[in-house]
Amino acid sequence: MSIRIMMACLVAMALLSGCSSLGVEPWQRDLLSRRDMLPGGSRLDDAIDDHLYFSKEASSGGRSFGGGGCGCN
Amino acid sequence: MRVIRVSLFLYLCLGVGIAAAQAAPDLSALKALQGRVVYLDFWASWCAPCRQSFPWMNTLQSRYGAQGLTVVAVNLDHERTDADLFLKRLAPAFEIRFDPQGDWARLFKVQGMPTSVIIDRSGNARFTHVGFNSQDAAGYEAQIQKLLAER
Repeated sequence: MSIRIMMACLVAMALLSGCSSLGVEPWQRDLLSRRDMLPGGSRLDDAIDDHLYFSKEASSGGRSFGGGGCGCN
Repeated sequence: MRVIRVSLFLYLCLGVGIAAAQAAPDLSALKALQGRVVYLDFWASWCAPCRQSFPWMNTLQSRYGAQGLTVVAVNLDHERTDADLFLKRLAPAFEIRFDPQGDWARLFKVQGMPTSVIIDRSGNARFTHVGFNSQDAAGYEAQIQKLLAER
């Protein structure tokens, strides 16, 4: 085996086993429940995301099934 | 032959990776308690059942301390200030340890909050309980009495 292959294997397996310790442990739930971990943590971000969604999806009705089609609402 | 050599090497790499991911925590504080029954409790300030268990653990310590029980409560908060506020309110009369990295919790395979492990006089973990409610407390106490009676 060449050194290069051995190094590649080492890195690959180290990365593979690195995934074995992923996941949230029960005692880490305080971090999950922090305000900045919420999907809607920032109001400004939410407003921008919503505006983008509404505009891009307007052709298929935006947020609702009524109206739409013209892409102008 | 080459295949065997390659696969052996891969196993070795896997072993190194796993060993790197898990560091062994320092348990000397627990080892020093050998000869006593230890009620090891894992708690955090944000956990409501933990709050219920604290007065009960106070009672345990005062009732069975002389017979050889030591209550050790391991805090798993990431913010020390949260833990300190909790401790100020509930005023525990037993040993508190801090484990913000969760090393002990990982070692004892904590599955939920709170988790308690009852360790006998020879240092073996004999009972594990996940969660706390006052209806189960009598059962836990019976287990502690059983272990205290063992010499």
